[in-house]
Amino acid sequence: MPLLETTMADHDLFPGENNTGHVWDDNIRELNNPPPRWWMQGFWLSIIWVVGYSILYPTWPIGDEPTPGLLGWSQIKEYEQGVERIEAKRAQFEDQIRNLTADQILADPGLKQYTLASAKVLFGDNCAACHGSGGQGNPGYPVLADDDWLYGGTTAKLAETITGGRQSLMPAHKAILTEAEVDTLAHWVVQMNETGGEGGSEAGWTLFKAKGCVACHGQTANGHVVDLPNGDFIGVGAANLRDGIWRFQPGGYESARHTILYGVNQKDVPETRSAVMPAFAEPAGKLSEQDIKKLVVYVHSLGGGM
Amino acid sequence: MAQLKTDPESTTPVAVDALYAEADDWHVNAGGQTIHAKRITGRWRTIKWAMASVWLIYLLGPYVRWNGQQAVLFDIPNRQYHLFSVTVLPQDFWMLSLLLLFFAILLAVMTALVGRVWCGFFCFQTVWTDIFTWIEERLEGPPAARRKLDAAPMSREKLKVRAIKHGLWLLIGFLTGFSFVAWFTDAPTLWWTFFTGQANGAAYITVVLFTAGTYVLAGFLREQTCFWLCPYARIQGVMLDRSTIIPTYDEHRGEPRGRVKHEEGGERTSGDCVDCNQCVAVCPTGVDIRRGQQEGCITCALCLDACDQVMDKVGRPRGLIRYASLDELEGRRTSRLWLRPRVWVYVLILGLSLSGILYGLTSLAPLELRVLHERAPLFVLQSDGSIQNKYTLKILNKTHESLAVRVRATGHDDLTLVGAEQPIATAPGGVTPATVFVRIPHQALKAEQQPILFQIEASRTTGEQAATERESVFVGPKPRPD
Ligand code: SF4
Ligand code: SF4
Repeated sequence: MPLLETTMADHDLFPGENNTGHVWDDNIRELNNPPPRWWMQGFWLSIIWVVGYSILYPTWPIGDEPTPGLLGWSQIKEYEQGVERIEAKRAQFEDQIRNLTADQILADPGLKQYTLASAKVLFGDNCAACHGSGGQGNPGYPVLADDDWLYGGTTAKLAETITGGRQSLMPAHKAILTEAEVDTLAHWVVQMNETGGEGGSEAGWTLFKAKGCVACHGQTANGHVVDLPNGDFIGVGAANLRDGIWRFQPGGYESARHTILYGVNQKDVPETRSAVMPAFAEPAGKLSEQDIKKLVVYVHSLGGGM
Repeated sequence: MAQLKTDPESTTPVAVDALYAEADDWHVNAGGQTIHAKRITGRWRTIKWAMASVWLIYLLGPYVRWNGQQAVLFDIPNRQYHLFSVTVLPQDFWMLSLLLLFFAILLAVMTALVGRVWCGFFCFQTVWTDIFTWIEERLEGPPAARRKLDAAPMSREKLKVRAIKHGLWLLIGFLTGFSFVAWFTDAPTLWWTFFTGQANGAAYITVVLFTAGTYVLAGFLREQTCFWLCPYARIQGVMLDRSTIIPTYDEHRGEPRGRVKHEEGGERTSGDCVDCNQCVAVCPTGVDIRRGQQEGCITCALCLDACDQVMDKVGRPRGLIRYASLDELEGRRTSRLWLRPRVWVYVLILGLSLSGILYGLTSLAPLELRVLHERAPLFVLQSDGSIQNKYTLKILNKTHESLAVRVRATGHDDLTLVGAEQPIATAPGGVTPATVFVRIPHQALKAEQQPILFQIEASRTTGEQAATERESVFVGPKPRPD
């Protein structure tokens, strides 16, 4: 017997029970019950919905672009409007910031809050690669979260640094000093470092002064060439040798010796330390004055601003 | 093909035809026919209205004022939830979970004890449908007239009646949606802004959705919602047990049913059920209670009223259909409420969640403090030889006033707190972040990590002190081995 044997309605063996006339295996038949009413209502409603939707919103892919829809809505437009709204919100703050100095911003909790939030992105894009996401520094790149500043930690100095970049010089002393002198100086630097500047040997001090180190590292070896009455100082980027912070990692005797022998940023010395910060201001860099102002506030607040 | 014909002698496939026979008897209410239930008065009808009136709170609640403000206001844009004099912020939302737990268990306990009372008396689906059909009855008359009108061709008269009916339904739908929105914004203002086109877009969308939803659900879907859409209907069904009391037809008393025959004159030979079908006629879901407990019964108890009226007329005691448990009906001993372990478990959970909410509401602290310890870097060495850690304090001011918050840090004798020399100004109802630093001389550090306690404190205009504290950690370099 064929699998699908149908007996049509005119000789329906089960009259009056509302079947479709399809009968299998003598007595299994398909009843013709309508779907529940709520189901049908939902069905028609969803069709109406689709029609309404496709009139109002982009739907049919005809040509390169879908049909635009009466509302003119598109995802990219919604996105752009969102950006516009955000920009409008930001504009109030940006306008205020434009007319203030970094110090004034730092003194205003609300503006400071905004600036920190907004500069976080700038810092991540421009500074974090070398100085670390939180200003924690990297070997060769100074920590920004401490209060040991090579060029000064006031907002003015920070702005100067970011704007023009920095590149200091330290001569290589391999040819200038004897092996013994280098050894004495390197030990002296370690002693100074460990004792907060109090425990440097006599011999070290003598060499430090006689060999010209004072010119850059300052009379007291704190890296200040001239101390200004306002607490700030003039420096050339020479490290403060009186505190426990090492300019070049990992620090210690070998590290100090290496720096003394080969100097910093010496063109013809392959072993020299490299310490270059590029200029970030337009046109050399890509930061506007406003961006730099915000970054100054950000860096100043990392933990060591002066 | 012949698997069904297991009996070689038989030519009729018994098994499958029995199924068909059963299917004939099994009526599924798929909404093909509108149910026009008869409305009668009675004890349960009165109780039903009384219970339904609880929903007046929903409609009128938004207009209650408290201290010049809306008493209950769920202010979503500002993330503040005002309940009379209490303001709840999103940070306190754990209480909401307890509240939901409370109501979930309340639903469970009620269902276990007295069946689907929620369905029969409180559910908005039931209540709104009840009101919609009440309007229908006022306008179109009793069930017979309504059926006739349904079948009649469209005429001016029919059109007029129908227009009024649908208009009223839509109006109720609108009020339902409007009242919902009114809980989320200043209600009196909403009446003005809504009709001048100045209300929030979300308000219009909500009102439209509610209006349409109410109109369709209470006007057309009605009992179909309970049959096919509502998940509670299914859940509640399985929460019943043998001792749950639900509207039940007393089979022993009622059967065999038989019509009253006047010519008989003498004693009735059959059971008490006179087969008048009144219980079916009044049932809003079209159920015949005499067929036993079934999914369609929302336990509205209207058939109790109907049957009692009939019993009064034929001079039989009331309660042929009554609230009874399966145990009672089968003559088993019914255990007392407090002897059922289930009741105790439910009551315990109810009590716990309720006390949690009460505790939360009474101990809403005016200040809350979070401390985030900076991780990059964990610490820095300062030029004076101290170790510095950076912290972001997040101060949540839950009061209605600006507070000047003083910060203290303790945990080490030689600790210096930097950045909190001045009190921190915090705005009402929001989080104010502040960055502070803690410095400890390197030599004074004994361990790589140690706890630091931050304490904040502020004076309120009432003279009260608001204070709270939170522990964080101070991290330094590994101590030198010496
Ligand atoms: S079944 Fe659902 S919709 Fe119907 S009355 Fe019960 S809870 Fe309400
Ligand atoms: S059977 Fe009775 S209790 Fe159940 S829904 Fe119908 S009228 Fe209400």
